[in-house]
Amino acid sequence: MAEAILRLEKVCKAYNVGLPTETEVLHDIDLEVDRGEFVALIGPSGSGKSTLLNIVGLLDRPTSGRLTIKGHDTASLSDTELTHLRGHTIGFIFQSHLLISAFTAKENVMMPLLVDRGFPSPEIEAQAGRLLDQVGLAKFASHLASNMSGGQQQRVAVARSLAMNPDLVLADEPTGNLDTRSAEAVFELMREVNRRAGTSFLLVTHNLDLARRCDRIIEVVDGRIQR
Amino acid sequence: MNRWLPFEWIAAVRFLREGRLQTLFIIGGIAIGVAVIVFMSAMLAGLEANFIKRVLTSQPQIQLLTPDQVARPLRNGNGVIEDAIVQRPSQRVISIDQWPKIRAQMLAMPEITAVSPTISGSALAIRGDASRAVTLSGIEPESYFAIVRVPDYVVAGEPRLSSEDIIIGIELAKDLGAVVGDKLNVQAASGANRVLTVTGLVDLGNKGVNQRAAYVALRTAQSLLGMIGGVTTIDITVQDIYAAEDIAQRIQAANLVKADSWIKTNAQFFVAVRAQETSNTLIRVFVAMSVAFGIAAVLIVSVIQRSKEIGILRAMGTSRGQILRVFLLQGGLLGFIGSLFGAALGAGALIYWHAVQRQADGSELFPLILERRLFIITALLATVTGLLAATAPALRAAKLDPVVAIRG
Repeated sequence: MAEAILRLEKVCKAYNVGLPTETEVLHDIDLEVDRGEFVALIGPSGSGKSTLLNIVGLLDRPTSGRLTIKGHDTASLSDTELTHLRGHTIGFIFQSHLLISAFTAKENVMMPLLVDRGFPSPEIEAQAGRLLDQVGLAKFASHLASNMSGGQQQRVAVARSLAMNPDLVLADEPTGNLDTRSAEAVFELMREVNRRAGTSFLLVTHNLDLARRCDRIIEVVDGRIQR
Repeated sequence: MNRWLPFEWIAAVRFLREGRLQTLFIIGGIAIGVAVIVFMSAMLAGLEANFIKRVLTSQPQIQLLTPDQVARPLRNGNGVIEDAIVQRPSQRVISIDQWPKIRAQMLAMPEITAVSPTISGSALAIRGDASRAVTLSGIEPESYFAIVRVPDYVVAGEPRLSSEDIIIGIELAKDLGAVVGDKLNVQAASGANRVLTVTGLVDLGNKGVNQRAAYVALRTAQSLLGMIGGVTTIDITVQDIYAAEDIAQRIQAANLVKADSWIKTNAQFFVAVRAQETSNTLIRVFVAMSVAFGIAAVLIVSVIQRSKEIGILRAMGTSRGQILRVFLLQGGLLGFIGSLFGAALGAGALIYWHAVQRQADGSELFPLILERRLFIITALLATVTGLLAATAPALRAAKLDPVVAIRG
């Protein structure tokens, strides 16, 4: 049996708990993602996909239920420990505002490593260079992030999400703001990383064509998993 | 990317560099504030130093005088009736009792550097048809010149005083139409008179004083004023000018003299300096506050502008502490860089002002004092102010919830 990178058991999330305006966004979510799996997460707007992604990404805590990442039960971890676990096991790709505009493409890819180690070093730079090469942007290494096209920025973001060699990459509509061709290129890039390095992906998307090309589709409707 | 800089420094510098215009404007603001502080502090220090220099070279720091003469009515004696009004007696010019002994005592005190007995009184200086009232000072040149640097003020002739010589103020010389080498008839109130040769003209920096100053040898003055062997004051300089009042009180307690220190006779100056210092401090505090608010405002805006980037950094594993330091550093850097420009601006303004502003006689208004200490302290204060001002924005940045920040 494949090793589970991510396991959610009866996870609920509610906002404004205890207030008259209390709203439960996620109900009893059970979900498992194995190592090397490429999973699509679909569902209409407001169904709770992003909340689920934030909880899985350790940016938010569940109201109840158990979240286990790589065997660590996250409920007992402090904020600092969560930050550390997040930095070392999870990569993020966001839909927009992807890169830090004051830095070049290569420096953006270096950023997670720099944050972790504290100081720049030749290895970090070499690693970032390799990743940029992998996403086909080696010659844009010294371009400022703000001077690149959306598709290029998103490919840099993919490279950045891989900088720490994460076990799991969470991608929140990474192709949502891109034209078809760029979207296809970014998707293929992620798929290839998944195949070659065995990195698990959890991909939130509205694009059913892309979703169908994933290993598994999970649909969230009204805070519950449909299939 | 500089290999020697940690992540926080790299991010702080990049963020400042990216916000070019904001950064430039706030650095300009800080620089102006710092320049005002540097300029005012240095000028005040200069004015004070100027005055102290005058105190050190043109007046005794302690003067011993005969005690005031007071009427002492008998009280409570048998059959004695006391008048309702006791008149203050007129103050005769009399000699300090046993002054050579007092002088010897003063010379024996280690904190005293120079002692000079002098005699002064009023007289008339007459030349041809012109006559002027003068303040006649009888001095011993060797000891007196160690206290008041008369030779420094001589503008014509030489500071020589034998018993037949007189040194007079330049205004007095003008009024009498006298030049070096001319003879003056000096007449005292008692009628005694002497014919003296002008050996030097002095400019003591004050017109009133220059109109009345007349230095003669001690013996000459003694005979003119009818006080053979007597002196009216003993002038003293001390090692530590700020200890003058203390020493004066000790001398007064131990001898039958009145001892006035320069601190007591220039009380007004100290009041003025203190008032200046207070207002200077207030201005400095308010300037520092407005600089601090400026830095805080710029950084708050920067935190809001960058909240998404902060969220992404947090998602990548950046700790709250690291985010906090990135923004604190920006405040500190702004303060430090602003203070460098401000110090240069302040020093430049000071040099210009020093060159342009002159006293009536063309001498400098204040000595140019550019102490390294002032610049170091200012830079330190500006940096600390920047750090403090950055606290609120930095805390705000560190507290940002990455979920909310990324969603924007």
